[in-house]
Amino acid sequence: MCISRGCALSGEWGAYWNMVANMLRFLPGSAAAEELMAGNDGQRSGEITKAPTGIEGLDEATRGGIPQGRTTLVEGGPGAGKTVLVLQSLVHAARDLNEPGIFVAFEEHSTQIEVNAAGFGWDLPTLRRKHLFFIDAQPKSDLIQSGDFDLRGLLAALDATIDRSKARRIAFDSIDVVLALLGDAASERREIYRLHEWLLARSLTAVITSKSGPDRAGRQPIAFMQFMVDCALSLEHRVVQTVSQRSLRVLKYRGTEFNENEVPFSIGPGGFDVASMQINAQPRAPVGHERLSSGVPRLDAMLGGGYFRGASILVTGAPGTAKSSLCAAFADAACRRGEATLLVSFDSDASEIVRNTGSIGIRLDRHLTRGRRAGLLQIAYARAVIGSAETHLTRIIEIARTHRARCMVIDPVSALSQAGNSATGHGVAERLIDWAKDHGITLLCSSLLAAAAPDVEGTSLRISTIADTWVHLHYLVRGGERNRGLSIVKSRGTAHSNQVRELLLSERGITLADAYIAGGEVLMGTLRWEREQADETARREVDLAERDSRRNLLSEEADLVVRLADLQIQLDSKRAKLDALGRAVTLRRDQAATRKSGRQSRRGADADSPKPRHVAR
Amino acid sequence: MLKLRLYIAGDAPNSLRALANLKALCRDSLASVHELEIVDVLRDPQRALADGVFLTPTLVKFAPAPERRIVGSLSDLPPVLDALGLTGA
Repeated sequence: MCISRGCALSGEWGAYWNMVANMLRFLPGSAAAEELMAGNDGQRSGEITKAPTGIEGLDEATRGGIPQGRTTLVEGGPGAGKTVLVLQSLVHAARDLNEPGIFVAFEEHSTQIEVNAAGFGWDLPTLRRKHLFFIDAQPKSDLIQSGDFDLRGLLAALDATIDRSKARRIAFDSIDVVLALLGDAASERREIYRLHEWLLARSLTAVITSKSGPDRAGRQPIAFMQFMVDCALSLEHRVVQTVSQRSLRVLKYRGTEFNENEVPFSIGPGGFDVASMQINAQPRAPVGHERLSSGVPRLDAMLGGGYFRGASILVTGAPGTAKSSLCAAFADAACRRGEATLLVSFDSDASEIVRNTGSIGIRLDRHLTRGRRAGLLQIAYARAVIGSAETHLTRIIEIARTHRARCMVIDPVSALSQAGNSATGHGVAERLIDWAKDHGITLLCSSLLAAAAPDVEGTSLRISTIADTWVHLHYLVRGGERNRGLSIVKSRGTAHSNQVRELLLSERGITLADAYIAGGEVLMGTLRWEREQADETARREVDLAERDSRRNLLSEEADLVVRLADLQIQLDSKRAKLDALGRAVTLRRDQAATRKSGRQSRRGADADSPKPRHVAR
Repeated sequence: MLKLRLYIAGDAPNSLRALANLKALCRDSLASVHELEIVDVLRDPQRALADGVFLTPTLVKFAPAPERRIVGSLSDLPPVLDALGLTGA
C-alpha cells in the first residue's frame, strides 16, 4: 500500500487521511493500519502532521490545524471562547472525521455544555452515544485537602475510557481549576509534566485550555505550559467603545510556519468563526466575461454591458444620492434573472425597503418569500450599533451561505466601521469582498461619504482600491436645485464612459440623462433644461439667417449671370462695329492709291522721281 | 456506622502515605466499628469513573451523611478529623 505523505496534511486531505486511518484502526491486526497510524502520528519521521479543527480561519492560521499526536495550549481570559473552541474541534473530529474524542470538563458540567452546544447546532446527545465522551471532573466545592495528591486517578480513568472509545483526541477544560488545588508551583509543574508525558506516550491530539495570566496565588503555571507544549494559541476579548472585539493569535507552533498576526474572530450561530486572512490562498471562482445588468440600462451601457459576474462593486455617495436605489435596482435585476440574492441593509428593515423602492418602480416584494413559495430575494436587516464588525461578517456570510446567494448587496458597507469598529471595519469589509470573490458572488457595496465633492472620493473604509468597479454619486447644487450626478470612477477590465450623467428617479425607475456640458460646466435639472431650450432657439435663429443669406446670394448670382450675358452681347456688337470700321478704312486707302496712280499715269510723270520730302512730312 | 473508602493509584508514594496515615488513624482514633474499603484506580479505573474520583489519593466518607471527600496523603490530621466528625472524640 503506497500512499504519499506530505509534511502538512491539511483541509480535505487531512480529513481524508484521518478518516482512512480511523477506518483501518478498527481492523485488528491490520498491518496497513499500523503502518498508517505510525505515519499519521508523524513521530517516526519527525514531521508534523496536522489535525484540522474544522474552524476554517484557525486551520488557515496554523496552516492545517493543531499538531497531531501533540499537545496544544489554548489560553484566554474568562469568556474568551476557550470552551467553544475546544468543543467545536472535538465535534468536528467526531462528526466530520469520524474521530472519537474525550472532553474532560474541569469547569462546567457536561449537561451544561450540552445545552450550550445545542445553541450552536451541535447535536451532542447523538455524538455522545458513539464519538464524544465527557468526563465530569469538576472538583467539589467542599473538597477537603490534607497533604499531597496528584492526577494519577484521572489518567487511569482516561486510559480506561480511551480503551473503550478508541479516542484520538482529548481536551482538558480548563486545567487551571485543577492546578489551583495543588497549592504550590512545584506540584503544579509536576502534574503538568505528568499530564504532558501521558499525552505524548499515547500520541493523543490534545488541547488544554487555561486562563491566561497569573493565578490567584500569583503563580504562572501558564508560562511553564507554554514552554512545554508544541502549539500555543491565545484568545483575546476586548471591548472597544462598547463593542466587543475578539481576536486569536498563534503564540507558538513547533516545527511549522504559521500566521503570527492577531486574527479577528467571532462566536456566531455556528460556533467559532475565525477570519480568513490569506490572500488568494483558496482557488478563486473562475473569472469570466459575463456581464450582469446593474438594473439601469443606461448604466449598463456606460459600463460596456454591466458589471462583471463575480466582481465587487462600490457605490459611494453622500446621504440621499440614491445609493440604496441603485442597490435595489441591482437586486431586482438579479432576481429577475432568477439568481438567489441577499440584500443586507444597515438602514432599514425589509418592509421599509420594499415600500421605499416601490415608490421608484422597483417591486422587490415580488422576489420575497411568500407563504410556502421560497423567494429569490432575502433581505437581512442588521443594526450597525449592535455587535462587532466581525459578528456582522459572520452573520452575513452565514445567511449568504444558507441562501446560496449568487448576488449580494451590502447597504451600506461603511456601517461596519461605525462605533467601536473603526479599527477593524476595514479588514472586515476587505474580507467580505474576498469571501464573495472566492465564491463567485457578485457583491455590490454602498458606502456613505461625508463629503459630497468628487475630489475627495476616498471611502472611509478604503475599500475603493480593492473594488473592481466604483460608481460615485454626488449632488450638484445650482440655481436652487439639488440634482444627482453619477460617474464611474473606475471599472477594471472595462472601457467605461468618463462622462458624468444625471441620475433621475421616477415612479418608472432609475434613468440616466446626459448631463449638459457648457463652458466646462456640468448642468443638470432645470438649469440643463433651460440651457438646452436657449441653445435650441439660438440654433434655429442661426439656421434661419443662413437660409436667408443663401437665398439672397442665389438671387444675386442669377442677376449677375443675366447681366453677364447682356454684356457679352454688347461686347460682341462693339467688336463687330470695330471690325466694320477697320474694313472701311482699308477700302478707302486702296481707292485713294488707285486714284493717285491713275492721275500720274495720265500726266506722264516719271515714275522714279523722288517724292518731295517736305510733302511727305 | 462510619463507612470509608480510600482511592489510591497503585504504589504511588502519596497513595502509600495516605494508606499508612489512614491505618494509623483507624488504630488511634477509630476505636468504634467502622468499614474501610481500598480501591486501586489503576486496577479498577471504572470505579474511579463511576464515582467521579480523579485526584488520588482520595478518602470518601459515605456514612453518616453528608458525604465528604478528602484529597491528599492525609498528612495534615485536623481537617481529616473534622471531616470525619471526630473532633469531639
